[in-house]
Amino acid sequence: MQLFRSMPGGHRIRGLTWLGAVIVGLVLLVALGADLLAPFAIDYVDVTRQLEGPSALHWLGTDENGGDVLSLMLHGTRVAALVGVITVVICSSVGIVLGVVSGYFGGWVDEALMRLTETLMAFPGILLAILIIFITQEPSIWAVIGALSVSGWAGYARLVRGQVLAERERAYVEAARALGFGRRRIMFRHIVPNILAPVIVQATFGVAGAILAEASLSFLGLGPQDQPSWGALLDQGASYFLLTPHLAIFPGVAIMITVLGINFLGDGLRDWLDPRELSQN
Amino acid sequence: MGQFLIRRFFASLLVIFGVVTLVFLIIRSVPGDPVASILGEQALEVDKQALRDCLRLDDSIGTQYINFWGDVVDGTFGELCDERGVTVMEKLIESIPWTAELALASLLVAMLIAFPLGIAAALRPYSWIDNSSAVIALLGISIPNFWLGPMLLILFSLTLQALPNPGSGVTGLSALVLPAITLGSALAAKLTRMTRSSMLEVLNQDYVRTAKAKGLPRWRVVMKHAFRNALIPVVTVLGLQFGALLTGAIIVEKVFARPGIGTLLLDGIEARSYMIVQGTVICIALSYVVVNLITDLLYGLVDPRIRYD
Repeated sequence: MQLFRSMPGGHRIRGLTWLGAVIVGLVLLVALGADLLAPFAIDYVDVTRQLEGPSALHWLGTDENGGDVLSLMLHGTRVAALVGVITVVICSSVGIVLGVVSGYFGGWVDEALMRLTETLMAFPGILLAILIIFITQEPSIWAVIGALSVSGWAGYARLVRGQVLAERERAYVEAARALGFGRRRIMFRHIVPNILAPVIVQATFGVAGAILAEASLSFLGLGPQDQPSWGALLDQGASYFLLTPHLAIFPGVAIMITVLGINFLGDGLRDWLDPRELSQN
Repeated sequence: MGQFLIRRFFASLLVIFGVVTLVFLIIRSVPGDPVASILGEQALEVDKQALRDCLRLDDSIGTQYINFWGDVVDGTFGELCDERGVTVMEKLIESIPWTAELALASLLVAMLIAFPLGIAAALRPYSWIDNSSAVIALLGISIPNFWLGPMLLILFSLTLQALPNPGSGVTGLSALVLPAITLGSALAAKLTRMTRSSMLEVLNQDYVRTAKAKGLPRWRVVMKHAFRNALIPVVTVLGLQFGALLTGAIIVEKVFARPGIGTLLLDGIEARSYMIVQGTVICIALSYVVVNLITDLLYGLVDPRIRYD
């Protein structure tokens, strides 16, 4: 397992990697402790104070219903973290299993799975998720995770398959085969640990992608209807930006800092785990 | 090469088949009665039956699938149910020029930012200019376009009053500037990093050293010998980024209240118009497939060194 190779010293983005790790840690803490941190409940509204700017009572102002923006954003952190992490766990697990099977067996299994991934990847970005959410009226947070997972696993499967094709011919696999190990054991105990590094890197960026996708869907009015979300707040903010800009500014800053933090962390992880791709985008 | 082209072409046909089938399956797996969800439970039975006839819901699933293909192949994408006699394609034709204009302008913005920045970063790797371009690129990827758009509007339309508000009825170039910057920024970020890494690779090639050794002026070596060759891999990745432009356009059109294919899709979702939604989704996916097929084919033409066997 090559996971714990020592970090190349003095690299230019080493500091940014730590910054990213700190941001990600803070976001996770806020997501866990949203109930404790939020000064107001999610369903709190004060109809006399709609669309007010920041004040001592409402630090980040109020939304169109008179809800406290800070509290809604803190709860939105939980939605973002849940969607980001769970979507990526589902996508990468499905991708690893199907990618290993595809690459190791080859033949018609590989053909069929690859045509399926090509079909899914023909829908750019959140397009397939939009279509799936269109047919589920009143989508919950789980519907959003499901919709993003249906379209998201294909990229992981293709990445894993490519790695397996190269790994399959290596001596240790041949040795395992010569020892009479079963196919499942060779695939998941021998090959998978050796191809995890690029998958972990892609999964890290994938969390940022899933958070952005959820926010985009919410901005389009297609996000989870049962939870407050950063994207939904921004959707309000964009409608009222002539009246009051605060509602458009703060949720966007939260999304940006979170995504930036994950990307810093991902860049650092890539240089550490996967130095071959150092100069790629 | 000929054999590769044929294989690639048939693979694309297979993907198109998959796309149409998948959209059909998803649309037909609506839980409950789609007619009730469009018209509401209280609608008159006559209206419900009319819509059911229009959506051909009483046919068997096989007949529906064949008719679905018929609508795709004859290029109409079916007839609208709330506006009889109007096809989805007519709606698409009204919208596509708006989205095409936005996508092209964004591409231009992205190239204007990314090429100089990427070249400068590659000429002095790990210098301050390289580091700051890396940070700018990360920012560009991390700033969501549905946030950048409103921020640009607050700054340029509201505070500086330099550019028109969305929905003010102003059209033309001044109404295109902010949407194009909003949509182009993320692409600019990715393009900067691609240009940098591609330039770094090319600058180490023997032919660049030869050009330098001949005593050619530096800018000529960089622009003519290095940059033109560095562009080849960049152009192919642009095909993949075309998809991001299309889905980004859905969001940017909403932010700036612009007509276009994204607005058509969102209005269709709002009105629960199955015909519009399936038509626009298929249209976006198919144009993405076709653009990628074309970039793959162009790759071979631009770079004769590429062998497809």
